[in-house]
Amino acid sequence: MTTTDAGSIKEIRRFRVNFPDAQLADLRRRIKETKWPEREQVNDASQGVQLATMQALARYWAAEYDWRKCEERLNALPNFITEIDGLDIHFIHVHSKHEGALPVIITHGWPGSVIEQLKVIDPLTNPTKHGGSAADAFHVVIPSLPGYGFSGKPTAPGWNPVRIARAWTTLMERLGYTKFVAQGGDWGNAVSELMALQQPPGLLGIHTNMAATVPANISKALAFNEAPPADLTAEERNAWNQLDLFYKKGLGYANEMANRPQTLYGIADSPVGLASWMLDHDARSQELIARVFAGKTEGLTRDDVLDNVTLYWLTNTAISSARLYWDTQQVSSGGFFDPRGIKIPVAVSAFPDEIYAAPRSWAERAYPKLIHYNRLDKGGHFAAWEQPALFTAELRTAFKSLRV
Amino acid sequence: MIFQLRYAVALAAFGLCIFCSAGQAQDDRLVRPFKVQVPQAVLDDLRRRIAATRWPDKETVGDRSQGARLAELQELVKYWGSGYDWRKLEARLNALPQFKTTIDGVEIHFIHVRSRHKNALPVIVTHGWPGSVIEQLKIIGPLTDPTAHGGSAEDAFDVVIPSIPGYGFSGRPTGTGWDPERIARAWAELMTRLGYTSYVAQGGDWGTPISSAMARQAAPGLRGIHINLPATLPPEVAAALASGGPAPAGLTDQERAVFEALRASGMKGSLAYFTMLTARPQTVGYGATDSPAGLAAWVLVHPGFAQWSYGADAKQSPTKDDVLDNITLYWLTNTATSAGRLYWENGARGSVIAAVPQKTSEIKLPVAITVFPEDVYRAPETWARRAYPNLSYFHEVDKGGHFAAWEQPELFAAELRAAFAPVRPAH
Repeated sequence: MTTTDAGSIKEIRRFRVNFPDAQLADLRRRIKETKWPEREQVNDASQGVQLATMQALARYWAAEYDWRKCEERLNALPNFITEIDGLDIHFIHVHSKHEGALPVIITHGWPGSVIEQLKVIDPLTNPTKHGGSAADAFHVVIPSLPGYGFSGKPTAPGWNPVRIARAWTTLMERLGYTKFVAQGGDWGNAVSELMALQQPPGLLGIHTNMAATVPANISKALAFNEAPPADLTAEERNAWNQLDLFYKKGLGYANEMANRPQTLYGIADSPVGLASWMLDHDARSQELIARVFAGKTEGLTRDDVLDNVTLYWLTNTAISSARLYWDTQQVSSGGFFDPRGIKIPVAVSAFPDEIYAAPRSWAERAYPKLIHYNRLDKGGHFAAWEQPALFTAELRTAFKSLRV
Repeated sequence: MIFQLRYAVALAAFGLCIFCSAGQAQDDRLVRPFKVQVPQAVLDDLRRRIAATRWPDKETVGDRSQGARLAELQELVKYWGSGYDWRKLEARLNALPQFKTTIDGVEIHFIHVRSRHKNALPVIVTHGWPGSVIEQLKIIGPLTDPTAHGGSAEDAFDVVIPSIPGYGFSGRPTGTGWDPERIARAWAELMTRLGYTSYVAQGGDWGTPISSAMARQAAPGLRGIHINLPATLPPEVAAALASGGPAPAGLTDQERAVFEALRASGMKGSLAYFTMLTARPQTVGYGATDSPAGLAAWVLVHPGFAQWSYGADAKQSPTKDDVLDNITLYWLTNTATSAGRLYWENGARGSVIAAVPQKTSEIKLPVAITVFPEDVYRAPETWARRAYPNLSYFHEVDKGGHFAAWEQPELFAAELRAAFAPVRPAH
C-alpha cells in the first residue's frame, strides 16, 4: 500500500511481530538469575515497589507467562509501519465495517504502549457486538510513540509532543482521513492536546482521560507548599489532595527521566529493574497493579502487565521511551497539568484513581468548548486497559455531537 | 534467587564467610577484628554479569546531559570485567585494622588506625553517597603519620572511619529511623567505646549532616567539627532557588555567582537522583542491584563525578581503579538499595546545603570549613559566617571537588591539620 505525501511516495508497510526464541530464553534466564536487594523497611509501598510484589511478578514471569500469546493477539490485528519526518512509526489500524465510522487516533503514554488499547479495538470498531449501535462505530488508529514499542528510536533530540502531534496529523492524512478525532491520557493527552492546539483542518475534537485543567493559582500554591484556597469545592479539594501527594512523593521517576534518562542503564539490563521502574508510575496505579500479583482480579491481569513490560524489554525501549520526558523538558517549562488554551471541542472523562480526577469546574475553565464531562466511579491511569467497557462507552458518548 | 543459591554454594565450597569477623560475638558491645574475603565464585559471577550486559542505544546528544554516555560507560565497564582486580583493594583494606561492633542494633564496620605519636587527636571521618570508606583510604597515612607526609608530630590524628549503616560492610537496617541524628548518636557511642574522651569529627556529603548532628547534640568529648560540604544557603537564597524566583536583593558579586551556579546546576537536572532516592529508593534499587552497569551508571550520576573522565585520564584522581573499587564494594555488599534509603530517611527535611533545614544555628561547638572549588557549590565565607555562629576556620583551597579526601588527599590532610590545630588540647 502506498500513498502520495507532499509529492513523494511514502510507503505503508505491513508489519508482524516475531521475536526469536533465543531472545525469550535469554529473558527467562535473566529473570531467574536476578540478584535481589533485601526487603524494604516499611509495610507499604512508600519506599517503592515492595519486594514481595516484585518476587511474585518475577516468579510468574519466568515460569508461567507466555509472550507468544501476546504476539498472536498483536499479529491478529493489522499492524503497519510508515516513515514520518524521518522516523519509522508503527501503528495498528482497524477499519470498521460500518459506513460513516468516525476515525480516531488513540495515543498511549509512559509506561504504556499499544498494549494498553488492545481491549478497546473491537468495542470501538464493532459496536453492534458490544452493546452499541452502528452509529457508534470508529475506525481506530493506534500508533506507538517515537522511541516506544515498534516505532523507531530517535537518534537526535527533538521528538517532543509538538513534533509528535504534527506526525500524527500526517499519519491520519496519509491514511486518507479528512475528518477525525484524537484521544489520549498521559503522554497521549499531551500529544492530543497539542494536535488540538495546532488545529489541523481535519481534527474535529479530542477526548482526554488525563485532562490538563489545574488553574494557575492552584499550581502555584501546590508548588510553594501553601495551604489550599478556602473556597474549594469537595471535588476540587479531592483533586488538590491527589495532586499534593503526587507532587510531594510521586515525581521522582519523571524528574529522573526528564533529566538523566541515559543513567537508567539498570532498567535496560535487568528485567526486574525494568518491571519495578514501570510499576512505580504513580501510587494508585502501583496499587492497582500490585494487587493482581497478590491474587486480586479487578482491572488488569498479570498477563496484561507483563505483556507491556515484556514489550519494553524485547524492543529495548526502556531508555528511548524515557527520553520523551527529556525531549519535552527541552522545550516546555509548563507543568504537565497546566491548561494549554485549546479552542476546539474537548471531551473529558475523569477516572477516580487517575493521578488527579479533574473537577468539572476546572475542566470548564480549561476547555471553553467542553462537549462532554463525566466522572466515572472506577478506573485509573490506564483507563482503556483497566476498564475497556467504561472507556468505550465514554468515547461513544463524548464524540456523538461531532459526528456528521 | 539463583544468586543466593550460588552464593551459598560458594560459602560451602570455600569454607569462608564473605566478610569474615574473627573473634567471638558473645557480647554485642565487643569490638571485633574484621577482614574482607570475597569468595572467587562471587567475583566470577560479577564478571559473567558484566560480560552479559544488555546495553541501551546511544544517548541522543553529544554530551553528558542525558546521563552517563554509552561509549564512556562501556569502556569503563569493559575494563571492570577484564582488567580490574578487586583483590588489590581487598589487600589494601586488610592491611588496615578493621573492626565491627554492634551499636543500637546495627553492626557497624570501621577502620581504626592509631597514630604512633603521643597525644594524637582522634578524628571520626564520615563518607557520603555514593561513597564508602574507600574515599578515605588515602588520607589515613598523612593523618596518622604526619612526619612521613610533610607534617610534624603535633599534627597527628588517630583515625576512625566508619561505614554508614546500610553502606559497605556495616549492617543494613531492616527498620526505619536511621537518619543523620541517629547515626550521629551511634558515632558518639563508637568513639566512647574506643575510649576516646576528647575528639573531633569530619565529613562531606552525608558526612556533613552526620558530623553536624554530633556537634548539635554536643556529644560528650566532641571538641569541634570540620566539614567540606557546609549547609550555608541563607533562607532567602534557598527559597529563591526552590521557587525559581529572582535572586534576593543585596547579594555580593561572589554570592550572586554562587546563586547563579546553583540555579544552573538545578536547571541542568543535577539533583534528579536526589529526588528519586528520596521518593523511591527501593524502586531504583532493583536495577542497580541486579545490573553491574546499572549500578555503575547510577553511582556516576552524582554531580561529584561531573568532571570525571571515566578513566580516560590516567592521572586524574580518583583513578579508574579507585572508582571501580567503590562501585565493586557496593556490588559485593549488595548495598545499592540500602544506601539509597538515607535520602528517604532525610525525606521532608530537604536540602542538605541549606542552613535552616540543617539547623546550623543550633551548633555551639567550633565549626571549621574547607571549600573545595569543584564541589557541588562554593560556599561563600559570608554565608558560612551567617549559618555557623561559632565558625572557627574557613578556607577555600585552589583545587579539589566533592570527593576531596579521595581526590586531593595531601591537601585534605593539610586542611584538617590547620583546621583542628586550635581545638587540640594543650599538653
